[in-house]
Amino acid sequence: MAPHDLRRPFKRAAISDQQRRRELSLQRQAQNRRDAQHQARFLAHTILSLQNDSTEPEQELESAPQVEQQAQDFDVRQAARLRGPEARRCFAKQLMLPEWMIDVPERLNTDWYVCARPAGKRCFVVSSNGTTVSRLRNGSMLHRFPSALPNGARTNNSSRSGQSYCILDCIFHEPDQTYYVIDMVCWAGMSLYECTAEFRFFWLNSKLVETGACNDPSPYHRYRFMTILIYNCDQEGLTAAYAGPAPYVKDGLLFYNKHAHYQPGNTPLVLVWKDESCSQYVIDTDSKGQIPDQQQVVLELLDDGRLATSDDPSIIFGCLEQDFIQKTELQAGNLLRFAISEGGLCFADGKLERADLHYLGKPNRARAFADSYSKVIFQYTARHSPLRIEHLLASINSVNEEENTDMVG
Amino acid sequence: MALEITQYLLSAQSPDAKVRTEAETILRQFQEQNLPGFLLSLSVELSNDGKPTESRRLAGIVLKNSLDAKETERKEQLLQQWVAIDLSFKSQIKASLLNTLSSSVREASHTASQVVAKIASIEIPRKEWLELVPSLLANMTQPDRPPSLKQATLETLGYVCEEISHEDLVQDEVNAVLTAVVQGMNVSELNPEVRLAATKALYNALDFARTNFDNEMERNYIMKVICDAALAKEIEIRQAAFECLVSIASTYYEVLEPYMQRIFELTSNAVRGDEDAVALQAVEFWSSICDEELEMQDYEVPQSGDSSPPHSQFIQKALPTLVPLLLETLLKQDEDQDQDDGIWNLAMAGGTCLGLVARTVGDAVVTLVMPFVETNISKTDWRSREAATYAFGSILEGPSIEKLSPMVNAGLEFLLNAMSDVNSHVKDTTAWTLSRIFELLHSPATGFSVITPANLQRILGVLLESIKDAPHVAEKVCGAIYFLAQGYEDAGPSSSLLTPYLTDILNSLITTAERTDGGDSKLSSSAYDTLNEVVRCTNLSETSQIIAKLLPAIMSKLEQTLSLQIVSSDDREKQGDLQASLCGVLQVIIQKLSSADETKPIILQVADQIMLLFLNVFACRSSTVHEEAMLAFGALAYATGPGFEKYMQEFYKYLEMGLHNFEEYQVCAISVGVVGDICRALDDKVLPYCDGIMTHLLKDLSSSELHRSVKPPIFSCFGDIALAIGEHFDKYIAYALPMMQSASEVCAQMDYSDEEMIDYGNQLRRSIFEAYSGILQGFKNSKVELMLPHAPHLLQFIELVAKDEQRDEGVTKAAVAVLGDLADALGSNIKTLFENCKFCTLLLRECLQSDDEQLKETATWAQGMIGRAFSASG
Repeated sequence: MAPHDLRRPFKRAAISDQQRRRELSLQRQAQNRRDAQHQARFLAHTILSLQNDSTEPEQELESAPQVEQQAQDFDVRQAARLRGPEARRCFAKQLMLPEWMIDVPERLNTDWYVCARPAGKRCFVVSSNGTTVSRLRNGSMLHRFPSALPNGARTNNSSRSGQSYCILDCIFHEPDQTYYVIDMVCWAGMSLYECTAEFRFFWLNSKLVETGACNDPSPYHRYRFMTILIYNCDQEGLTAAYAGPAPYVKDGLLFYNKHAHYQPGNTPLVLVWKDESCSQYVIDTDSKGQIPDQQQVVLELLDDGRLATSDDPSIIFGCLEQDFIQKTELQAGNLLRFAISEGGLCFADGKLERADLHYLGKPNRARAFADSYSKVIFQYTARHSPLRIEHLLASINSVNEEENTDMVG
Repeated sequence: MALEITQYLLSAQSPDAKVRTEAETILRQFQEQNLPGFLLSLSVELSNDGKPTESRRLAGIVLKNSLDAKETERKEQLLQQWVAIDLSFKSQIKASLLNTLSSSVREASHTASQVVAKIASIEIPRKEWLELVPSLLANMTQPDRPPSLKQATLETLGYVCEEISHEDLVQDEVNAVLTAVVQGMNVSELNPEVRLAATKALYNALDFARTNFDNEMERNYIMKVICDAALAKEIEIRQAAFECLVSIASTYYEVLEPYMQRIFELTSNAVRGDEDAVALQAVEFWSSICDEELEMQDYEVPQSGDSSPPHSQFIQKALPTLVPLLLETLLKQDEDQDQDDGIWNLAMAGGTCLGLVARTVGDAVVTLVMPFVETNISKTDWRSREAATYAFGSILEGPSIEKLSPMVNAGLEFLLNAMSDVNSHVKDTTAWTLSRIFELLHSPATGFSVITPANLQRILGVLLESIKDAPHVAEKVCGAIYFLAQGYEDAGPSSSLLTPYLTDILNSLITTAERTDGGDSKLSSSAYDTLNEVVRCTNLSETSQIIAKLLPAIMSKLEQTLSLQIVSSDDREKQGDLQASLCGVLQVIIQKLSSADETKPIILQVADQIMLLFLNVFACRSSTVHEEAMLAFGALAYATGPGFEKYMQEFYKYLEMGLHNFEEYQVCAISVGVVGDICRALDDKVLPYCDGIMTHLLKDLSSSELHRSVKPPIFSCFGDIALAIGEHFDKYIAYALPMMQSASEVCAQMDYSDEEMIDYGNQLRRSIFEAYSGILQGFKNSKVELMLPHAPHLLQFIELVAKDEQRDEGVTKAAVAVLGDLADALGSNIKTLFENCKFCTLLLRECLQSDDEQLKETATWAQGMIGRAFSASG
């Protein structure tokens, strides 16, 4: 009687490599297939269809809400190759700009995140073609350097597709020479423009560390990148962001609406707020670092002499007389600096009715934009009746109380 | 009408080829022109005691082969052929077969009983030949029948039971059959031939006896008869009786309790005093009990359910007496047991059983075995030393690491010394024990290993010396090195420990592979297999130089096989084996070196040469392709990427050969996998070959001959092709999509109660999703509208899968991914499609809550895509 088939190999050297080779091949193929599909899923967004926001001021009429603007394909890879002013113009429009918090949004504790904003230079960091470039808000270049971001250095994993690139929204923090990433716009070729903040932060937190971008600087990774702690904007989270420790100097708080997409330009779905205890720069200073007696604003001169904020649609603060324009040789599109005089700002029905403006001159040439409405108002209230942390906490608590009462009732 | 065919049957066995061929031709013509007449003539020939044994024997064989075949296709064909035969012919054939059972020529009645069973296997499930069982039983009950007829009848009953399912007989028939069989087994049966036939018949009838085993009285009686037969005077009867006990151990484990005392006595007496053939079955009984208990332990369910069979702890209870019994067997080695792979003796069976016992009871076995080891391991006779070592090696799996590690640590040096024992059996078993130790107690990745930086040098020193020993010892040493290396796979920094020895290890293995004293190529392939594992597990950043040097050495070895002189088919087989091993090694090296950017150029530099070599290896065979060379090609395509294009034209014909190799389905499956590699390497440059490839793949899918396991990879491959050639896949849509849809319908109707089918169903579903994913992504930028009409079907399929609780994680991942692909590719078109898809939300939610990060990521992405599609206008 022959032995049981299962028994025979007990004392035989039971190594057979062939099956193992087959299995390992299959595993490799499955992995490669996953990678290929993964790449296909993300690469298709390489050709980003960003909305062209080159709207002329004339079009700002409050006509039909959200007129479909002519979409224009915008290829970041192309843009990354741009140099000089062209690049500046291109990138200057890509950052999402928070409005200033002038009143507390509804559902703050459920629909919003909060984080402590690092003090420093807001910039766009783009890695592509084996190099990494950071550009300031006005589009000018801050650094060009190798980094561990995907395709951020020549020595980087060369098997990575040349189409792979990243765009991060960062604040460069001088004291520790670190880029703090406050948002992720594109990652390894995948566009996150149309993804919610919730998703973008999830992706940011799960991807950035993997690449080694958070490691200490090295010859192929000149600057360190760091994520920041993002909290749910409840009592605890808000307190932590406001008063808790951070590895960087704080400059106010940032609030992100969880459902908002990344949207170039001003948005009310990301808000910035500050007070003296979480920022050194609550009230704007002049070029000498002094707080001027009167609040200063920068507005854009329109063709017809009106003075507009950078908002879209913009808010009109007043109108310059043609005589004055001719006399001072100002041109439409110029940015102009004004002081708000004793008359201050007058509101009616929550809308700006009149501003007592006093022309000071042209602002620093590095300025690319006029002030936004919310900034002007935030600065104005900061000088008069600031929105305090207590108000924010109270609005969270009042919601909680309402809920509690509901439950009791 | 039966024809006289004796002369042809005899001539067909003539040593004269011409005579033989002529006779065969005539018989074949007869068979083709008049099958019923032909079969009848054969049965008449078989039944006629006046005919020569030789012609009757061949008649029986041809008859059997006209009724049954191994391959399912052929079997079904023969069945239909028999069913179609005219009833009167069939009756005559069956009558003459039953008649043959009473033949005094033993060979004729034996053959007839087999043919009867073949016909029964066709007719009884169809509710035909209902008179067969009664007429057989009549042979047993009528007093005047000769013992030879009873013997043939019992044999026939046994074969019939073996052929048919227990559902084909009603309980009355089962009772009658069992009664007849058990009667024949009884001590009162004085004819030993009859008693043996009855015992063998019972073995086949046991599956039918479920109802009878549930009845205590009947069970007691059957068990008594078996136990009595286990003490019969004739060794064959005793062996057959123990075989029945082995079968009962697994079939009726749950009712064995009352009989265990008696069985223990029987088995231990048999092991100690009976012939080997009987003793082996006695040991096998205990091995089968271990199998049962291990399986129960593996599938241990919480105590709540009363449907699970009870675990009777037979091994645990018998342990104090069973273990000494098994240890005794270890001393009964054969002198030449390590020379011949076919040998199975009491010592091996005992050691195997001891290994199973250790796995069943764990720690408890250790204290019972160790005294035996300690007493015997230093004795002067080799049997004691070998048995002690074998006992030690056998209990290494099962007991806890805590229990084992002090003993293994203490014994390791002893074992290393024993590698220079004077006796080669001792060395053989010692090397095997070392390989078990490294397999089971050497896992630096999880923080435990008996191998330390301090003893590694000593261990390797001994192994590399012993690998020069006799071939059978060297083979076991290869095993030890294999597992030693394997431990360092993914072991992080500790894999560096092996680096200083790598060159020596590789050289020793190559030298071993080149040895010619092994007789066959087993030692050579063990050495190469071990080499592969060593290469795989080395720390590449430290060893790339060494591996880079190994590459040309192996290439030149493969080169040399091309000019081997091939005279006989034996030579060809040897060449094939050697090429398989060397292609395997090259495949492993290619994969290892191309896994890192720093070392990939090493492969790319010699890619042309490797490619040429592989093509030459392919050319060594005319009709089949070399599986290993095919695998290696895939690895190379992956490494070279787009550069593979220039080899494609040459390679293509072999790829085609592989793709239509239905018989060796492994080769076909591997070729399908390689198509995927090529697609990813060449991207749209694969386009010129796609018509051909798709034709083969579609043909494969519609073939009923091809093993089903190849079908899922083919669907995945559709995805690979679509992803590579993008919009150009449009011309295959009309062919591929219906296949995918009908396969998804097959999935819907699959029987998911069978574990194997669950597994296959999961593979198939995942692969269909992968096909869709590839096509959707491939079309995304241009021809996505082609997929719009197919989207509802896909969604339905996803829904079906989403609602199935037996889907595995891989299927879930693929389902969520394809959902995202659908949204990604079709954009706002999905709005209406997704409107009522509650399951999407549920599926996404389930995935987002998963612990599997990859799944969560895919789901988040899919959710993002769906959200984007809904927020997009248009």
